[in-house]
Amino acid sequence: MKAAVIVFPGSNCDRDLAVAFEQAGADVTMVWHKDTALPDGIDIVGVPGGFSFGDYLRCGAIAANSPICQSLIGHAERGGYALGVCNGFQILTETGLLPGALRRNAGLKYICCTVGLKVATADTAFTSGYGVGDVVNVPIAHHDGNYFVTDEKLAQLRNEDRIAFTYEDNPNGSVADIAGVVSKNRRVLGMMPHPERAADDGHGGTDGVAMFRALMDQVATA
Amino acid sequence: MKARVYVMLKNGVLDPQGEAVRHALGSLGFDGVQGVRQGKVIELDLADGTTEATVTEMCEKLLANTVIESYRVEMG
Repeated sequence: MKAAVIVFPGSNCDRDLAVAFEQAGADVTMVWHKDTALPDGIDIVGVPGGFSFGDYLRCGAIAANSPICQSLIGHAERGGYALGVCNGFQILTETGLLPGALRRNAGLKYICCTVGLKVATADTAFTSGYGVGDVVNVPIAHHDGNYFVTDEKLAQLRNEDRIAFTYEDNPNGSVADIAGVVSKNRRVLGMMPHPERAADDGHGGTDGVAMFRALMDQVATA
Repeated sequence: MKARVYVMLKNGVLDPQGEAVRHALGSLGFDGVQGVRQGKVIELDLADGTTEATVTEMCEKLLANTVIESYRVEMG
């Protein structure tokens, strides 16, 4: 599996994400936001967490309009995989690749802690290593993770089984406890929690490893 | 020429910052503040002849996230 991880000014989880991909056996290339093309043969693009462009205007809004994101959109439209974590999820919603938007946390505080996530679907390359209903422990660290979709869109997400993870104990006010959603073709996942920060014994938890391993199995054979 | 863009969370989208401001006003003794909505104002300094349609396009593409925000453009 060949992975590219995009680096924006203000990204701070790019190397963590790269290490998680590498530990699962992927070849990883770091890609700068001003690059206009992804390297050839990329299977999956990682959009990392952080504070791209200082969260100016809206979280992810400026990054979503950077040159590399045109390539990212093309990659996704051709059926390529993408994983956006935290600020990466915000960026993916701003590009329109994923529905909804992330608002300020309902409690207004920046939240940094480990949360229980319930696996809502195992029918994606990202979550096939888990069982539906499994609870995994993954850290969150965000100020704007309060997921919003309209009632109509929520019904569509449910009908199409596109909610990937829900919070056991909703920390931020997200609609329907949603922590992560996938695109219609199930190949783009955005999630606020950080699986790459639960991918090594030194992290204090390894529940994120199954995601990267499942990707390695499924994407490499796709 | 100048344009001013007002961006607000749409009605029906909870505005936790506005709510916090409302509570703070109440604790300062300002009674009767029934609701506060917080938004932003963006001032654009534009080349003469820039049309409102162009500013609207800027709003749609970048300045507002129309999933959760509405916007209003004031030219001049």
